[in-house]
Amino acid sequence: MINSGLKALSQNLADRKISSVELTRAYLERIDAHNGAVNAFITVDAEASLAQAKAADARIALGDAKPLTGIPIAHKDIWCAKGWRTTCASRMLENFRAPYDAHVIERFNEAGAVILGKTNMDEFAMGSSNETSWFGPVKNPWDQERVPGGSSGGSAAAVAAALTPAATGTDTGGSIRQPASLCGVSGLKPTYGLVSRYGMIAFASSLDQGGPLARTAEDLALLLDVMVNFDPRDSTSLDRPEEDYSRMLEAPLNGLRIGLPREYFGDGISGDVRTAVEAAIDEYRKLGATTVEVGLPASELSVPAYYVIAPAEASSNLSRFDGVRYGFRAEEYTDLLDMYCKTRAQGFGAEVKRRILIGTYVLSHGYYDAYYLQAQRIRRLIARDFSQAFEQCDVIMSPTSPSTAFGLGARMTDPVQMYLSDIFTLAANLAGLPGMSIPCGLDSAGLPVGLQIIGNYFSEARMLNVAHLYQRQTDWATRMSPVAAS
Amino acid sequence: MDWEIVIGLETHAQLSTRSKIFSGASTAFGSPPNTQACAVDIALPGVLPVLNIDAVGKAIRFGIAVGATVNRRSVFARKNYFYPDLPKGYQISQYETPVVEGGQVAIQLDGVEKIIHLTRAHLEEDAGKSLHEDFHGMTGIDLNRAGTPLLEIVTEPDMRSAEEAVEYAKTLHALVRWIDICDGNMQEGSFRCDANVSVRKRGSDQLGTRREIKNLNSFRFLQQAIEYEARWQIEHLEEGGNIQQATVLFDPDSGQTRLMRTKEDAHDYRYFPDPDLLPLEIDDAWLERTREDMPELPAVRRQRYQNELGLSAQDTVLLVSDRETADYFEATLAAISTGDRAAAAKLAANWINGELAAALNRAELELPASPVSASALAGLISRVIDKTLSSKLAKEVFDGLWSGAGSADEIIDKRGLRQISDSGAIEKLVDEVIGANEQQVADYLGGKQKAFNSLVGQVMKASKGKANPAQVNEILKQKLDKR
Repeated sequence: MINSGLKALSQNLADRKISSVELTRAYLERIDAHNGAVNAFITVDAEASLAQAKAADARIALGDAKPLTGIPIAHKDIWCAKGWRTTCASRMLENFRAPYDAHVIERFNEAGAVILGKTNMDEFAMGSSNETSWFGPVKNPWDQERVPGGSSGGSAAAVAAALTPAATGTDTGGSIRQPASLCGVSGLKPTYGLVSRYGMIAFASSLDQGGPLARTAEDLALLLDVMVNFDPRDSTSLDRPEEDYSRMLEAPLNGLRIGLPREYFGDGISGDVRTAVEAAIDEYRKLGATTVEVGLPASELSVPAYYVIAPAEASSNLSRFDGVRYGFRAEEYTDLLDMYCKTRAQGFGAEVKRRILIGTYVLSHGYYDAYYLQAQRIRRLIARDFSQAFEQCDVIMSPTSPSTAFGLGARMTDPVQMYLSDIFTLAANLAGLPGMSIPCGLDSAGLPVGLQIIGNYFSEARMLNVAHLYQRQTDWATRMSPVAAS
Repeated sequence: MDWEIVIGLETHAQLSTRSKIFSGASTAFGSPPNTQACAVDIALPGVLPVLNIDAVGKAIRFGIAVGATVNRRSVFARKNYFYPDLPKGYQISQYETPVVEGGQVAIQLDGVEKIIHLTRAHLEEDAGKSLHEDFHGMTGIDLNRAGTPLLEIVTEPDMRSAEEAVEYAKTLHALVRWIDICDGNMQEGSFRCDANVSVRKRGSDQLGTRREIKNLNSFRFLQQAIEYEARWQIEHLEEGGNIQQATVLFDPDSGQTRLMRTKEDAHDYRYFPDPDLLPLEIDDAWLERTREDMPELPAVRRQRYQNELGLSAQDTVLLVSDRETADYFEATLAAISTGDRAAAAKLAANWINGELAAALNRAELELPASPVSASALAGLISRVIDKTLSSKLAKEVFDGLWSGAGSADEIIDKRGLRQISDSGAIEKLVDEVIGANEQQVADYLGGKQKAFNSLVGQVMKASKGKANPAQVNEILKQKLDKR
């Protein structure tokens, strides 16, 4: 049962072959048994989860079930969930209990889903390896000496280790796609504005976007149906007609035009990654797709642009963590300034402080034009590149990450090397485009490789269709990590 | 040496919306601390601002009222600094592109009009309050005020004296109340000014270095602070000193300004566009709707009173000092059915600016709470116009209206105050007085004008004040001159 997709789980619940309480308990037992090894969860509250499961069972009995009713789902610990400790993996919020639900949590609650727990992540979503968490690093279920990617590393690892059928994540520069790639699961970052950011603790507001992680594209479609919803409490939320993201899953791929950006297939990609991605593209050709080389010349500037804009917004977004109203406050201080300094010095980890400093610097008087405004210009160039590319193709494909999972600690001393793990994913955030990652092979060490699919704005249903038909044709999505198999 | 004072004002007008500028919490004043601060106001993790359209509508009203450009697209920016009563660690304001640019306010000082140009007006949120009393060695934070909508109205350095600055502030204060965007309650901080003051040698076209006096919440403090600050700067310069750009606070107890911070330790606010809010777009339809909804502005109304009703500039300045007074005046005038419009207007203006204003002042009441309604006052004035009442007895009737003794007609009848305009009756009184005062009659005929006034007084007294004084004068004169 734990290897079933959401549709099958839903069917089994409807047929009363299993109850939500039984299903939830089964996953809670797996978390008990395996979380020590992967550290994917920060908070588990069996009592709260089982109470929701019981309510879901009652709803199923009444015939009032929706597709996700009774299904346990893990949430990245960046989403506020009423009554749940919500830490953002920071000491700053170690004991913060959210007094309200994020819009996304409300949507899952309305759908009758069960909150299985809150997953580990990089502190305030800043990181690409899930090593910056105050609650310790997440281990990759495929090889516990390696990182799961980040920042949604806990969510990706939990799905890969079969500790949850599905999870939510957030993606600011690749934080859903890169860990999905490194953990061998599927993940999707929607078009900016589709998923409400209300109740999602902000990292970089103009880039942050919530999205789902699961085994397959078919599962992602069901999750997206719940997550995408207009929310007037988020001024950047888009008011669009409701979509059924599963509606095109089976549409044939004949005539699909795949754009291959030459900049994304250059040096710096590991041989195994290149081989796996090229094999996947060959598979698409067999499915009737054609390929065309496209240019995204401004993409090479996405790393510097991103590392100006994201820290700038973060430096301001994280100012509210000042020890005054909630969260961590240093125990001893002499005056107000000392309280601020010690609280923030002790409450934030090194990577968060680094980005606050970078962000403060680039917004400073005399530097703003040279950094922040220049980065915004690059951002427009990147978006223009994509819009030109999409005149020639329907989707763009590339490796999600230049390499497979790297060793724990391997890049912690070299931030630039760490930042380069997101080189292929950043551009979609800067342009606001939807992007996803699906498993497309294993490297020689047996570690998963991810294929990135970037679509045009609001083309999520088509992207899921593209991913789904590949997943029917190949078995990469159903390969089990050693932890999942145990 | 001859110095010129140069003043620019930045005024924070609290917009009278029901809820806050970026949250749904109430803006009502005076609730227990932190009972009107919702998740957004407290800046809980994950919350987001949503712009209150009503606040924008009020900013547009202001822009139209001062003849400014209302920008079709303006941008909210974050002003970053740490302070315990600033929950997000930044204030949402407008920086490079404000909602209102330009415009002007005309002030009247000693009968002379002067134009004060506005630089801009922008929307922003207020901070909370730090409470230092009641917390020994600690500070309490009240976030009820956090997120209250403000319109910051910035002038050019157009004012040249504390009097001009106060007159501008008063005119602006009346205007924002007139167009119903701010309640103007200065004690509650709904309208407060920062004054940028510099001095220069008269004739110079260079501006001196300015110092900014923060948070002046009464016209008196504004006047005192500017006067003290300008004097201080002049003395300092004459002693050979330099003025350093600085922010100062005014201490009402000592009447002095004192240094808060200099430019060196000024914050770098690191402004940048707020990514949580879309640019504010105002279309022509919105502007047009607002324009149609605007009341007649005080300057227009003042001009109309002068042109159509022939009122003096002095009368009209008082009548349009706030919308309640002007509306009261119009209601009074409309209810006077008799007589010539100009005469009725003049009488109404005199009564409202005179007797009524004085009575309200004595009772410490505002016009809307006046015990004498516009129609009641009109009833009184109508009886003055048709000569039923002498102006002396009219005051007695007014007192009756004030104390709730009924309408003017009821009071006149009850107390028998109807003016005697029957010439036969007056002639009889005059004959009696002449007969009883031979000496004074002789004095008058001998050339003493005073004696005439005394005789008039006696006729009036004999009529218990009810005789028409003009008729008494006329008849008395005729009869004496016949002698």
